[in-house]
Amino acid sequence: MAGPFSVRHVTSISKINENTIWLTFDGNISGTPGQFVMAWLPEIGEKPFSIASMDPFSLLVVDVGPFSHAMHQLKPGDSLWIKGPLGHGFTLEGDHLLLVGGGYGSAPLLSLAKAARAQGKNVDVCLGAQTEQGLLLADEFRNVGCQVAFTTEDGSWGSKGVVTIIVEQALQDANIDMLYACGPVGMLSALAILCRAHHINYQLSWEAHMRCGMGLCGSCEVPQSFDLALPVGWLACYDGPVFIHRWDDRSNLSLYKTQ
Amino acid sequence: MALCSDRNISIHLGDILLRNPLVLASGVMGTSPTLLERIALAGAGAVTAKSCGPSPREGHPNPVMVAWEHGLLNAIGLTNPGAAEEVNLLIETKRLLKPLQVPVFASIFAGTEDEFGRVASLVAEGEPDLIEVNISCPNVHDDFGLPFAADAKSAAGVTRSVKAAVPGIPIAVKLAPNVPDIGRIARSVVDAGADVLTAINTMPGMVIDVNAAQPVLHNRTGGISGPALKPIALRCVAEIAKHVDVPIIGTGGVLTGQDAVAMLMAGATAVGVGSAFWYRGADAFKLINEELKAYMQVNGIHAVKDLVGRAL
Repeated sequence: MAGPFSVRHVTSISKINENTIWLTFDGNISGTPGQFVMAWLPEIGEKPFSIASMDPFSLLVVDVGPFSHAMHQLKPGDSLWIKGPLGHGFTLEGDHLLLVGGGYGSAPLLSLAKAARAQGKNVDVCLGAQTEQGLLLADEFRNVGCQVAFTTEDGSWGSKGVVTIIVEQALQDANIDMLYACGPVGMLSALAILCRAHHINYQLSWEAHMRCGMGLCGSCEVPQSFDLALPVGWLACYDGPVFIHRWDDRSNLSLYKTQ
Repeated sequence: MALCSDRNISIHLGDILLRNPLVLASGVMGTSPTLLERIALAGAGAVTAKSCGPSPREGHPNPVMVAWEHGLLNAIGLTNPGAAEEVNLLIETKRLLKPLQVPVFASIFAGTEDEFGRVASLVAEGEPDLIEVNISCPNVHDDFGLPFAADAKSAAGVTRSVKAAVPGIPIAVKLAPNVPDIGRIARSVVDAGADVLTAINTMPGMVIDVNAAQPVLHNRTGGISGPALKPIALRCVAEIAKHVDVPIIGTGGVLTGQDAVAMLMAGATAVGVGSAFWYRGADAFKLINEELKAYMQVNGIHAVKDLVGRAL
């Protein structure tokens, strides 16, 4: 055994916007959309990243802190150490899907959209961001045959406002079987409330401060105050990052108390 | 399940009644009332909160934990909110776990003998059913010096300080495996007033990534837990059981009911469980309890206490 981490080499880097890159690595990774890896750069640190593409293995990296800044300095041929895929990803079900991405939350949704389109499913996508430049991967979603709608908080592209406005419209206009989302915690909480009101099944990918990535340290607990349907003591790295809620599914209740 | 339902697996840890012998080991998941509630709902006999010290600590930078061939290695670095805030966690946890009848244990660490006493009296306001005294964390040498567990005299000094600070609460002293004579250290902390012993903490270790030419953990070294720790823990528990009569929470590498039985046979009264969550999933406590009951059924054992010390 080589060790807990496997080494990947950067094969190409493409700039998505002024602080976001798409990093492609050698080889593929077998996992499901929504799963994540722990990425380690020795002497710099280790952070979780959702998998942006399985084949070839790719990550979407926004320059937001010391670690992602170091990732932005990687050149073709450079090494990245990864552990994973980890956690539980999205489950494809239903025929008409609505995907909601907030900012760089688009990353894990693109591979989900590809998988859904490959099975002939109808996929609508709602993307929201603060400004036009924060709307990521819109062309890539269109290229695989998704309908894409936009909102920006400053009104620089699409409707002005938050993404839940166009989501609510989409839920009224179409018979959606499952809503999938990834993005900021506030957006996910708002979507959970919206899905409750419309009785829509949903799969939300939660972001939390992950440390061990193995379900043992307790750092990444997502409280029930964020979504009343979450089981008590739910850990993003271990039980998630994707939380699946189906309104007719009571199977969780014997194991965990829900409120 | 029905086959095993007549097996009562409750135990007494001193005066504390546990519905089963499995105790959530400190440091695993015990960072919030709701996580501790989850563990209690998943079948723990008692839960131990993560260790808290005199003031808040962020802990070590990542990587803090890895799985290697025969176990886990961690150096979280005693991340905690400080004793004053820990009191609120304990009060809320007690409230949530009361209907489940699952006792709540606190865990404390500090830098000096006196400070141990001060942290204990602060934490006592949360009314934990027991206070575990962590004198053996292997991962914070820079801040707290060598673990007190390495020296019989200072281990006893910490024990006396805590016992004097919280006369009304039973205390368990958590011992380190990497000492020359664990029986002698056990003897000295029991003479100093320890009501229970927890054995053992993790074993110091290192994992190196040869491609990076670096230790994997940011802290360079960490504590080994999981399967690699089990035979070390069994030896330590058996050694302690020969030297003292107080109950032992036998902790280290217990993943299955058979492992729990072995720990009891080595002389433990209760059994700590932690890394099993990684190896067996969220149902670890339920699975281990069912396997323990099945062992008792097959072997005609009627009470868990009848297993204690059988292999000695």
